[in-house]
Amino acid sequence: MSRLVPLLAASAALLVLAACEPGGKITQQNGYRGAGLQQVYDPDNFGVPADLPAPPYDLPPDGGPRATETYQNVQVLTDMSTDRFNHLMAAITQWVSPDQGCAYCHDPADMAADTVYTKVVARRMLAMTRNINGRWSDHVGTTGVTCYTCHRGQPVPALVWAQTDQGDPMSVRGQRHGQNMPNANVGYSSLPHDVFNRYLSGDPRVVRVASNSAYPSPAHNVSLKSAEDSFGVMIHLSEALGVNCTHCHNSQSFQSWSQSRAQRATAWYGIRMTRDVNQGYITPLTSVFPASRLGPMGDPYKVNCLTCHRGQAKPLGGLQMLADYPYLRPPAPVSVADQLVEGDVLSEVLGQPEDLTDQSGAPTVQNQE
Amino acid sequence: MPRYQNIFTQVQLRTLPEYGVPLPMGNEPRVGSPGYSYWLGKIGAAQIGPIYLGKLGMASLICGFLAIEIIGLNMWASVNWDPVQFVRQLPWLALEPPGPEWGFELLVPLAQGGWWQMAGFFMTASVLLWCARTYIRARELGMGTHVTWAFLSAIWLMLVLGFIRPLLMGSWAEAVPFGIFPHLDWTAAFSIRYGNLFYNPFHALSITFLYGSTLLFAMHGATILAVARYGGERELEQITDRGTASERAALFWRWTMGFNASMESIHRWAWWFAVLTTLTGGIGILLTGTVVDNWYLWAVEHNYAPSYPDSGVLDPALQTPTQSEASS
Repeated sequence: MSRLVPLLAASAALLVLAACEPGGKITQQNGYRGAGLQQVYDPDNFGVPADLPAPPYDLPPDGGPRATETYQNVQVLTDMSTDRFNHLMAAITQWVSPDQGCAYCHDPADMAADTVYTKVVARRMLAMTRNINGRWSDHVGTTGVTCYTCHRGQPVPALVWAQTDQGDPMSVRGQRHGQNMPNANVGYSSLPHDVFNRYLSGDPRVVRVASNSAYPSPAHNVSLKSAEDSFGVMIHLSEALGVNCTHCHNSQSFQSWSQSRAQRATAWYGIRMTRDVNQGYITPLTSVFPASRLGPMGDPYKVNCLTCHRGQAKPLGGLQMLADYPYLRPPAPVSVADQLVEGDVLSEVLGQPEDLTDQSGAPTVQNQE
Repeated sequence: MPRYQNIFTQVQLRTLPEYGVPLPMGNEPRVGSPGYSYWLGKIGAAQIGPIYLGKLGMASLICGFLAIEIIGLNMWASVNWDPVQFVRQLPWLALEPPGPEWGFELLVPLAQGGWWQMAGFFMTASVLLWCARTYIRARELGMGTHVTWAFLSAIWLMLVLGFIRPLLMGSWAEAVPFGIFPHLDWTAAFSIRYGNLFYNPFHALSITFLYGSTLLFAMHGATILAVARYGGERELEQITDRGTASERAALFWRWTMGFNASMESIHRWAWWFAVLTTLTGGIGILLTGTVVDNWYLWAVEHNYAPSYPDSGVLDPALQTPTQSEASS
């Protein structure tokens, strides 16, 4: 009997550790009954972080001398007053380099000089932030983003990715084919985890794998390996947002848009926004970064869904932080779909929807390793 | 009477070892001197051996060993021969088939999927040799060959998954990887790629027979155990007798549901349900990608998928800038 008690206690503890997560949960029905369209939320994943920095001081009016008149070498923030420019600089310091201060980017002897690489990066990031708040309103809505959405008080956002060494493809030694290992990016499944390079960076692959037609056709030749890759990146979205598949999809048909939730379209734009950020803003900075800021394969650390979302369906609990910093929004927000230009990241996909499934010319997937 | 509900065999026979009927000419001798195992006797007959190994049995075991060895060593190599990581990560490790760039090429470089082809070849050889062995052993014992045909049904599904369907699709990449989690992820990816396998009617049939098999197994097992106090496990002797355990078992079902299986027919039911599980499953897999590319859309076309209210969400990829402007 005395032996049995610790045994039972150990089994109970094991059960709790293995199968149960303590604390209450919030369940929500998000779609038509009977279709399993429901979410179980952890209340800990809601809400605004407690350490969110308040604005440095009240937003000054946009009057008075312009920043371009007061300061030299202002290239992006050309449309704001000196007072607001200073307000932004104070805020950025809180968001990005609270411990390091102004000198993290600026040469104290000559604040206008581009001698510190971080200043060049910061300038590009400001252009990016405005681009996101303007052109990508289909994803960020009116909530928008600030530097803090990613940086969270750190010079380099904590949750970023870079290419990894995929090993010698002609050797089995240490070769995992970018999958088959416990990896948090894909929820510890054995799915391909080397998916960011394939879907969220240069020359991105098509996420959609299911056919638009009931019957096979040479126009839709998608390998099962592509389906595993696509599954992997979708699990990343799920993990990053702290939601299940049914946050966006009706599991009756993952492919059908008329059965999906509106969130799926938001995510669709989000994937393209992430590509735009990586391709249009971060990768071009490769030569600016010192080697210590580059990943093992020599490319800069880039963003994925987790960088902003951090397990929340809405980053920072949906807080509209941008309202306190209206100058981070370009004058007139526009939908990306209204704004397409030839040669744009999106234009070919939007202009030719059949491209989404047309992967003719099998075999379709080449290992990038 | 708890002994009849017990999962373990209650009675173990201990006599001189049973050697079985003499084998016809041309057979090899059975090998091993028989002994008794108390613990194996708990779940079956306590006598262990002698075994008839024969040439087919030996060849099958060698091929099976080679297949498992190739799979295991590839997995071990993938963790840089680290024994600790091999054990820790074993459920995640895999031996992957060739990528789509190789099509259905016969000889793929080993590291690119050639090892998978080799492991698959030896595994197939092993099960086919074992299957042939069950046929010949059954014939030599003067039995029917039902076990062989049931085994072939399972082999059919295995070959459809790993060989026949990849052949028809022209790509080894369609085949299942060896590995514990990897083959499960493959299964889920397969359903996603082909528009929800639950709308594949042969998948539905296969599940019906699978779950039906468990139902029949439960009903039959429970019935026989319930009449064990009357010697119900001695089924054949009782088939034609009146007033026996068998008759009570039959009466029980006739009174409960108005219809009953016979001592013979229940085993036909069980055999067919089991065989049809993998037979229909194999047909369902074979049709996927070759005849039907999206089972959900196929089910919609055949008025087979339930329809839910349109959520009104439009595919952003199909929205032209003008439409988007109008809707916003």
